[in-house]
This record gives sequence, structure tokens and C-alpha cells, in this order.
Amino acid sequence: MEGRECDCREGRRAGILAELKSLKQQKIEIEKRINVIETQLHDGGHFAEEEGVRDPHHSASCNSASASLTPQDIYRYSRHLLLPSFGVQGQLNLLKSSILVVGAGGLGSPALLYLAACGVGCIGIVDHDVVELNNLHRQIIHNEAYIGQSKVKSAAEACHGINSTIRIVEYPEALGSQNALDIVSKYDVVIDATDNVSTRYLISDCCVVLGKPLVSGAALGLEGQLTVYHHKGGPCYRCLFPSPPPQAACQNCSDSGVLGVVPGVIGCLQALEAIKIASSVGEPLSGRMLLFDALPARIHIVKIRGRSLNCVACGENATFTRDSFQSFDYEKFTQAPFSDKTRPKLSLLPESARISSKEYNECVERGEPHVLVDVRPEHHFMIASLPKSLNLPLSTLQSRLGEIEEALKREESDLSPGSHASLYVVCRRGNDSQRAVDYLHGVGFPLAQDIIGGLESWARDVYPNFPMY
Amino acid sequence: MRLTIEFGGGLELLFQSVKIHQVDVPTKTKGGQLTMKDLLTWVSDNLLKERPEMFIKGETVRPGILVLINDCDWELCGQLDATLEEKDAIIFISTLHGG
Repeated sequence: MEGRECDCREGRRAGILAELKSLKQQKIEIEKRINVIETQLHDGGHFAEEEGVRDPHHSASCNSASASLTPQDIYRYSRHLLLPSFGVQGQLNLLKSSILVVGAGGLGSPALLYLAACGVGCIGIVDHDVVELNNLHRQIIHNEAYIGQSKVKSAAEACHGINSTIRIVEYPEALGSQNALDIVSKYDVVIDATDNVSTRYLISDCCVVLGKPLVSGAALGLEGQLTVYHHKGGPCYRCLFPSPPPQAACQNCSDSGVLGVVPGVIGCLQALEAIKIASSVGEPLSGRMLLFDALPARIHIVKIRGRSLNCVACGENATFTRDSFQSFDYEKFTQAPFSDKTRPKLSLLPESARISSKEYNECVERGEPHVLVDVRPEHHFMIASLPKSLNLPLSTLQSRLGEIEEALKREESDLSPGSHASLYVVCRRGNDSQRAVDYLHGVGFPLAQDIIGGLESWARDVYPNFPMY
Repeated sequence: MRLTIEFGGGLELLFQSVKIHQVDVPTKTKGGQLTMKDLLTWVSDNLLKERPEMFIKGETVRPGILVLINDCDWELCGQLDATLEEKDAIIFISTLHGG
């Protein structure tokens, strides 16, 4: 008798627990649905509804969550479903989530591959750029066949190739204050995988205005950084960096270099953080920052400040609205362009102190006695250089003027007395060469001239086979 | 006071490309206190080798540098007024923008 009573109690208890579990799951789903509908109300429509993307959560009458997964889904994502801390609910959350990835470069490549593979229901990709050969060492989502084509198209097709059951939305355009609200409002989570400081402020402000969590990653050289902004009481980008850095502190990959796998590591971690947020599992990297240093193999996770009450974007008296966001001039604020490809063109010298790469070529062909000083850093010079050029990096020029004098004397030794050898200066793009000539004019080399546009113009206008990097 | 000072995110280029510096910073009085403000002055005078404007602006670090005392944002421990203790580890890291 006692045993049966006990069984009965146990049975009732199990029933209650099962019902409780089921109700909790329904509650989560209803809350998610409320979020979706609220977004629709604010933004005048949601992609999933407009374009008939499947929404497994419409089957509200079914209590078993796994019934919303198709047999193919269950097989495809089985290793996720087997994780007790992720399971069916985590996967269902992912399938109905939407994530926007801004930038399909070094960070965006691995992030997109993982997001597509793991079954994020809708992925948006924003990038205005085209695939170039010198991207492929790190932007692993692209392949040689897509060189010259849109990165967004290339990335979207790679994602489709991995998972044809998810939706990919292509935005082959730059994110700016005019299109950002419209695009970002359609997604649950945003990944900042961009390459410049202006866009980083823009994305953060946009996420604050729209209330979206932002997974922000950055990589350069041999280091990477990662954090989640504007999520669970954490800071936004402006809380941490209220004033932009000086332009000279903003290095980029095309000038400073980057070991391909470094953005790969950070991009993977961005995917992980976005997956955690979208599936509501784990502790997001909010209020903390991960610092990755590849050479010593060190990862630091540090505690950063929380949301700042004085922040102009997310603080107590913040004045940022949709309108002020749209009229904010980010390039002026940061003194940096929206693209890391736009470079300041220096114009320091009078025309008489400059020659074109074609003119320099004529001078070489005539056999004109001259000295060519290459002021690039030594490791640049090692990549490729012009014949007989003398490498005196700009930073060392001051202490090596004697070497220029000696080289000029050697050139002048065969000339009639009173004749002079010319002095030309070259660099990669034609900015440092101007700084060098400007300096040389003041220290006893009044006839020094720079080659306009540097080795880039040499490769473009004179010798197309000259290796560019 | 013996401290470990670390520079990252490209800031090490201003410090002869050395990231980790084990230093012994004198305090004003024997056994006296050392604040972050004192440390910044000492670093500028003793470790900083070039382009000081890339490290210091006014009396604090330039915008875009995170300062961490024992892996914690200095904003949470008093910023310039934070007092340091023997064997503390201070990190100066420039924020990255590349990708």
C-alpha cells in the first residue's frame, strides 16, 4: 500500500514538474514572440513575416518543443541537441533568431561560417567591398573564384553552401547613418566585424538607439580584443571610449599587417558570444573584455566599467534619438573615414620638388646619375624594392644623412666638376617620401625630389609586374 | 615599489617594442603611497621613448587607451587617484579597430 502511495506521489510530482517545464518553455516562447511583435510595431514589418520564413514557434498547440524541429533539423543539429546546457530549446532559439554581421572580412568570415552552420534562422551580411587576392590569407569565407566580386555575395553563397535551410540577407553597401537604423532594426543581435573606428561608433550608437546587444571584436597585428556592448547593464562603446582616439593611433591591417589566424580566433569568439545571446545560454562577455595576444599565447579577461550614467549615448540623460543619430557626422567626430581604404593624400611639397614615376623611369633609362632613397621601414623594403635603391627608413633618416652624402659623391665621381647627381626619394604611397624631402630640403639637400604616388604609382604606371603588397 | 607594467594594442611601439616591464618605482617618502597619477608621471619620464602625445593627453592617458589595475578597469578603482600596492600589475592597452 505504502509503496503504491509513494509511486503515486512520485508520479504526481513528475507530472507537475513536466507541466512546469512545459509552461516555462511556453513562457520563453511567448516572451520572444512579444519581442518580435514589438519590433514589428516599431519598424513597420519583420522579414520573417513578410517573406514567409518558417517560424517553428507558430505550432503553439504542441507542448513538445522538439516537435518544432524537422527530422532533418534533428539530424543536422544533433550534436547541439545532445548538449544538456544547450539542447532542443537552445537550438530552437537559434533557429528563430536573426543576427547581423557588419563586415565580411577577417572577423566576419569565421563568424559567418559558424553562424550559418549552427542554424541561426536569419543572417544579414553588410559589406561594400569586393574580394581581393590579399584578403584570402585571413578572410577564409572567400575563395579565388570570387576575386573582384562582392564580398557579401561571396559570403552569402558560402553560407548557403553550408546550410541551405537558413535565410541570408545581402546588403552590398556600406553601413552609414542613413541606412543603419533600417537594417539593424530587423535583427536580434549585431556583430561588429568592421575595420575602422568611425563605423564602430556608428554601430554602437545605432544598437543603443534600437536596444540591440552588440558583439564587438577587433584584431590587428598579433592581438585581438572582444567584448559585448549594451547588454545586461554593460557599457556601450561610448561609455568605454567617450572621446575618439587621435587619427595616428588608428592603425589598420593594410598598413600594419595582421596574422591571418588572429582575426580568425576573435571572429570565432564573436560567433560564440552571438550564439550564446541568441540562444539564451551561458554568461555573455558583458562588462568584461577579452584580450588576446598571439605570440606569447596569452588570453586575459579583464573587468571593465558598467554602463556610464553620463554616457551621451546610453546614459541617464542621453540625448541620442533616431533623428540625432541620423544627423551625427561620424567621420568628422573621429577624424577618420568609414573605410580603411581611404587614405589621406598629403600635399606637402611644391611641384618643382616632385616627379612622376614615369619621369623617374625616363631618368633611369637615360642613365642619369642619381641616388634613390627608399624611406619605407626595413621590413617593407625586404618585400620588394627598386634596383639600386638605398633603404633609409624615415624614422632613422636624421641619423643617416652621411650615407646619402656618400652615395651622391660616388655618383658624382665620374661627372665633370660642378655637376650634381639627382636625389630622389620614394616610399610605398607617396606620403612619407614628401615628409622626407621636406626634411632633406632643410638639412642641406635642397634639390631632393619625391616620386609622386610612390611604388604604388610605379606598379600602376610603369612596371605592372612590380610586386605590390 | 615593484610593479609590472604592460603595454598592448600597439602602445608597446612607444616603449621600444617591449610589452612587459618589471619596474621599481620610487615613492615620495619611504614606504609612502603611489597613485596612478604618480605612476603616469614616472612612466612618461622614465619609460616613454617617443611620441608622448600618443600616450598622454593633459594629465591622463590619451583617448582610446584602457587602463587596467590587476585586470580591472581603473574607472572602477579611482582612476588617477587609485593607490597602488607592491606587485600590482598595470596594463595600458590601446583599443584596436582593425578586422
